[in-house]
Amino acid sequence: MTEKILLKGNIALAKGAIAAGCRYYFGYPITPQNDIPEYLSAELPKVGGTFIQAESEIASINMVLGASASGVRAMTSSSGPGISLMQEGMSYMAGSELPGLVVNVMRVGPGLGGIAPTQGDYFQATRGGGHGDYFNIVLAPASVQEMFDLAIKAFELSDKYRNPAMILCDAILGQMKEPVVLEETKTVIPPLKPWALTGSKGRKPQFLKTLYLSDGEQEAHNLELKEKYDRLREEDVLFEAKGLDDSEIVIVAFGTVSRIAKTAIQMAKREGIRVGMIRPITIFPFPTEVIRETAKRIPRVLVVEMNTGQMLQDVKLSIESSVKLRFYGRPGGGIPTPEDMLREIRVMFNEEGF
Amino acid sequence: MKKVFSRPKSLIDRQTHFCPGCTHGTAHRLVADAIDHFGVQEETIGVSGVGCAVFMYDYFAIDAIEAPHGRAPAVATGIKRVHPKKIVFTYQGDGDLASIGTAETIHTANRGENITIIFINNTVYGMTGGQMAPTTLLGQKTTTTPYGRNFRNDGYPIRMAEMLAPLEGVAYSTRVSMHNAKEVLKAKKAVRRAFQMQIEGMGLTFVELLSACHTNWRVKPLEGQKRVEEELIPYFPLGVFKERKGKDFL
Repeated sequence: MTEKILLKGNIALAKGAIAAGCRYYFGYPITPQNDIPEYLSAELPKVGGTFIQAESEIASINMVLGASASGVRAMTSSSGPGISLMQEGMSYMAGSELPGLVVNVMRVGPGLGGIAPTQGDYFQATRGGGHGDYFNIVLAPASVQEMFDLAIKAFELSDKYRNPAMILCDAILGQMKEPVVLEETKTVIPPLKPWALTGSKGRKPQFLKTLYLSDGEQEAHNLELKEKYDRLREEDVLFEAKGLDDSEIVIVAFGTVSRIAKTAIQMAKREGIRVGMIRPITIFPFPTEVIRETAKRIPRVLVVEMNTGQMLQDVKLSIESSVKLRFYGRPGGGIPTPEDMLREIRVMFNEEGF
Repeated sequence: MKKVFSRPKSLIDRQTHFCPGCTHGTAHRLVADAIDHFGVQEETIGVSGVGCAVFMYDYFAIDAIEAPHGRAPAVATGIKRVHPKKIVFTYQGDGDLASIGTAETIHTANRGENITIIFINNTVYGMTGGQMAPTTLLGQKTTTTPYGRNFRNDGYPIRMAEMLAPLEGVAYSTRVSMHNAKEVLKAKKAVRRAFQMQIEGMGLTFVELLSACHTNWRVKPLEGQKRVEEELIPYFPLGVFKERKGKDFL
């Protein structure tokens, strides 16, 4: 049955989490996301779930970590300063390869800031955010419908890659009401997780850790994580593209801003300016390829954000420059040797076109 | 010949990284003994803190996880809420539990999470090389209190077992020591009692074990045990500070 109902973004997201089979929520109050814990504190007990209002965001994320390690879908939500406090736990989750959903209904900063709509946490979300060499899977909804849909998607991707996922949205998306179609997803059964800690009955004891002290162990672990992020970039990039065939300018915008851009595009059309749009839905992995290919054809790209230019960097990185750029890196305590660098220098020197 | 003493089967047969004479090994034995005693090896999930206690999974033949520094009680909360019938315990040092993780410790205790906390109090940060711990005694020299801990600058050593006891969620709070065989036997009883109460669903159980860190105290192993008796116990008295007899909190 597909019935349309009017819902607030935060509630749609909470409903999406329940639809995804999430039965464990741990959180701490902060505006403008309080509808999520309030709703789940009422609804989770009805479906046999657990809601805990933790003593802090630090405790919240670590409860998510513990529940996730136990094999279930678990989540938390917060905003601004609370998300900053969660970065330690998210780094540990990435390091011990634990899934889990963190919702960031952004508030402006730095510091306590205010509760007005913003996209100022783009860097924090897409660059890992905590310490160490890792990324979060980050989804950026642009409608109340997507608050529901992407909550489900985030759990799927998080489990697929055993990596924390984040929904990055703002006060407009969290607070506004729109019609939503809630698909019959009640039967989602989260996947079995053979790596989970359940007590060692019938198998060998297993453990989850992030500390690697032996020579080369951490580097090997970091390279495994990198393979995972490469696979994400390969298989699970999501974006929406509109009017790219005949436009003279392309707007790149995510979340709330992409909604406003749609109106601007119509206004420009009335003036005879054809404008297309690329809207990243996953902002990590970033839709690099479509932006690169589009920019080759339409070399006028307008980036609009509710910050001073954060996604702008990813757009710049996506667009090919005339300068040849090469990368060599060693993670996890590996140190590049002069020989390593000389090899790279030779490769570059002998490349065609120099 | 009758075998009267052997390694608990919940402990893996391997050499530890602990300094020779360190009582972490003894504490590990006591926990493994309790797990064996109640026959819950395959039902137990351990959570280790950061510090010398971190390598729990190398020594215990049980499911285990490494928590961020100080967060073990929050991680254990998540685990226990998913697996309410499993036995969940944390194993944490004094820097982990009584400094960086104080909030998690107190609130987990206050929620009455039905878990067991094993707390190793050796008055010093061991793994990082002997800095001041929240439990460092007044006058004690550490690498960050080179002139001795002074309450005007550093505050006072914190007594966790006493502090947690009045919280309604706490079912059992005790401090024991491992400085001689007699005390080890008492400690063994305390650890067993804590696990038993968890099995009975009584609430949070807390066992503080006074432990020697002679390496960072810069003394010989036997002198370390002597220091526990002569200096630690007068400030950190042994005893049971709380023991619920029934589920009177319900």
